[in-house]
Amino acid sequence: MSAMVTRVVLEEEESARGVEGELLEISMGPHHPSTHGVFRMDVRLDGERVTRLKPVFGYLHRNHEKIAEKASYLAAIPYTDRLDYLCSMTNNWGYALAVEKLAGIPVPERAEYIRVITAELTRLQNHASLIGFLLQDMGASGTPLMYAFREREKILDLFESLTGARMMCNYMRFGGVRVDCSSEWLEAAQNIASSFPQFLDEYEQLLTGNEILMARTQGVGALSAELAVNAGITGPMLRASGVNYDLRKVDRYGIYDRFTFRVPLGDHGDVYDRYMIRLLEMRESVKILEQALAAIPEGPIIDPKTRLRGLRPKAGEAYGRIEGPKGELGFFLISDGSTNPYRYKVRPPSMINLTVLEDMCLGRNVADVVVILGSVDIVMGEVDR
Amino acid sequence: MLGEGIVKGLAETARNFLGSFVDEERLTTVEYPEERLPQAEAARNFPFLIYDGDDAEKGLRCVACQICEKECPPRCIHIEKSKDKKPDYVGKQQFYPAVFDIDVSVCMSCQICVEVCPFEAIRMDTQFELSTDDRFGGLLWTKAELAKTNEYYHSIHPTEAGETDARLDEEKAKVAAKAKPAEAEMQAKA
Repeated sequence: MSAMVTRVVLEEEESARGVEGELLEISMGPHHPSTHGVFRMDVRLDGERVTRLKPVFGYLHRNHEKIAEKASYLAAIPYTDRLDYLCSMTNNWGYALAVEKLAGIPVPERAEYIRVITAELTRLQNHASLIGFLLQDMGASGTPLMYAFREREKILDLFESLTGARMMCNYMRFGGVRVDCSSEWLEAAQNIASSFPQFLDEYEQLLTGNEILMARTQGVGALSAELAVNAGITGPMLRASGVNYDLRKVDRYGIYDRFTFRVPLGDHGDVYDRYMIRLLEMRESVKILEQALAAIPEGPIIDPKTRLRGLRPKAGEAYGRIEGPKGELGFFLISDGSTNPYRYKVRPPSMINLTVLEDMCLGRNVADVVVILGSVDIVMGEVDR
Repeated sequence: MLGEGIVKGLAETARNFLGSFVDEERLTTVEYPEERLPQAEAARNFPFLIYDGDDAEKGLRCVACQICEKECPPRCIHIEKSKDKKPDYVGKQQFYPAVFDIDVSVCMSCQICVEVCPFEAIRMDTQFELSTDDRFGGLLWTKAELAKTNEYYHSIHPTEAGETDARLDEEKAKVAAKAKPAEAEMQAKA
């Protein structure tokens, strides 16, 4: 472990617990390969066991919310790309949804379908790389991550040919999407949707039954359904604890009520369940993709009456939320009738999912902390904003 | 049996490894910079200014309306409007940018400037190998460095450039159609 180690004799706590030996306070991070960015955990250790863990974040703070309050409604969209930089499409969607609610903008059919297609492709590449990173944290250096990146690259190429950028897509607009997709593009998306299950089979063959993976993850970092609900956990992490809550089913935003798909649920809420949930969710995403690609209609891609530049919504407030790959991604906007929002607030799933880190890590080893953190699925760009 | 999962996984990696010798699909990396992948037509990286004809100064489409400067999310564009006017592509007298700077160390290639430009004057480039050891002057691009020909635009984004030209031609035709009746009226009066 390359973390900076400071030896602190915590005499009071020691005498209170009546243990022999010293308690160690370790600062894991901010520059630590397993922290997925610049993130620090102040860990107090009794031998190898964690007795306290305090997450410290803010190293990547870029003032996103205040910048967006100063910028026009249009100019905030490229900044949302940089929240969770693995999933720019879903970030765009969440923001566009909030502005559409605020200003009452309708979205054409075709744009809704394109949104679903790009969002589900985003979910595929996010979950695939998350599993790769999780295995990397466990010491499976390279192989699973590279397999995941091989598939991710295909999806990113698709994004590039549509939007011009692999990761910072800046694609969705309030009232629709920026550019139309060609029939060749839809065909390429279809190819990815039909070949993806093959990759998932390969991935499961490689990992799911692996004894080392099971030993490292089963029963590790268990999160009870009750605590998950109380802490406001969302996304695959909540569903791994067995709570049936998926905004695509609950809110039915966009056109998600038209697709048939299931919501996989876990039993134990441990790291293994979180890993399994993501694999199963990818299979459901492929189902949604197949249905959306088969049913996409012709038509306009953006509401012609929408003013992208100089949009002035009536005074009021709106909260737009979507089921991002990491959980409920929400944007809260207050308009005072001017060209820029009076208040702009992001509800970042990564950050809220991090709040239960201590509860999951208490009593576990340091090596488990790394695995548990990996299973939360965080991107520091979103945590710190 | 303990270890069965591991053996299965190893079989999978072996299949991938051996597959890379027979199947081109399995070779997913290229040896950049010796080898290069073709860029997507839609690829975008930093804006440039389009000019028509041969003279970068005369043919510049930008009329210094400063919309992009206001809309640019990271505010990396700096424009100073000219004092005098020059004719644009339809012959109307317009201002032009006396200074047009883009700080590419600040630019995030988001394409908002292209979207808001009403004069089809600014477009996205595809060049990406732009590193320099001069981090201040070398990354502050002036009008001279930004101006590129319409032919260049056609060479990097053919479809998009074709659409843009069609729009401009339509506008020119409209202006010409408007001008004709006016001329006819003038002649009739005379």
